[in-house]
Amino acid sequence: MSDIAKARKALVTRILEGDGTASRGQRRAAFDHTGFAEPLNTLIDKVTKQAYRVTDEDIAAAKASGLSEDQIFEIVVCAAIGQAARQHDTALAALEAATKKE
Amino acid sequence: MRLAILDNGHSLVTKALFALIRAASRQPVLDVIKLVKYRADFYGVPMQGVTQEAMRGPSAWSVADRELMAAFVAKTNECEWCTKAHAAVAEGAYRDGARVSTVLSDFETAAIEEPLRATLRMLCKLTREHAVNAEDMRAVLAAGVSRDQIEDALAVCFSFNTIGRLADAFGFFLPGPKVFEAGAKYLLARGYR
Repeated sequence: MSDIAKARKALVTRILEGDGTASRGQRRAAFDHTGFAEPLNTLIDKVTKQAYRVTDEDIAAAKASGLSEDQIFEIVVCAAIGQAARQHDTALAALEAATKKE
Repeated sequence: MRLAILDNGHSLVTKALFALIRAASRQPVLDVIKLVKYRADFYGVPMQGVTQEAMRGPSAWSVADRELMAAFVAKTNECEWCTKAHAAVAEGAYRDGARVSTVLSDFETAAIEEPLRATLRMLCKLTREHAVNAEDMRAVLAAGVSRDQIEDALAVCFSFNTIGRLADAFGFFLPGPKVFEAGAKYLLARGYR
């Protein structure tokens, strides 16, 4: 079987704990989808739940709030990976529960 | 692209690489390449490690099956860019466009193997509702899918639940079918490295 555990861990460690233009706190908050005020909360919420609904205006509002493009890039990447990781973890836990010996 | 840095903020070396790609392929550089090459140490390189393992690592699923799952997850997320891109790869891998289009149209009635259908059903729920439970997993196992195969399908799902979100959030430009066909040939020949 394929094994993405090590590569996934390296990815998450890099985006959250490595160097960046957004603070580690901002990147963690985006990953966890928690703690952002508007307009960033709307952007993160859309990336997390319905990314196809993100608009030019959402990105423009994030820029107008004072974030640089590099910071927005990092925050959006963290939000996307955070939600995908939560889905992945939930599914792995369900698989573990389904195959656990009584 | 909604962020100008993703269109033209790359290093001079990367811009030279893009010029070579355009000259060799006679096609524009796909936005997904621009994304993974922008400050590649942050996202592109570590994500390629995940995607290469999920899509081309050892698995009881074929490359074609995994590309179909990628397109299916993208379709479920309503990500048109990734759906078209990976439908093209799956069509190339299966050498069967009808199989891919019928699955993406309605996987419940498509003429596919039951283990694959049960896996797609679980991936659909996970992607749409963000969660699945043990009962969902038991149904997949009961259809004859091994635990390892489920983990492999979840790895594909993780990759494309990430990439699809970024494609839509950053506003990837949707090219014509010839560009996706060229991209599909590249991915089948070279993988995601």
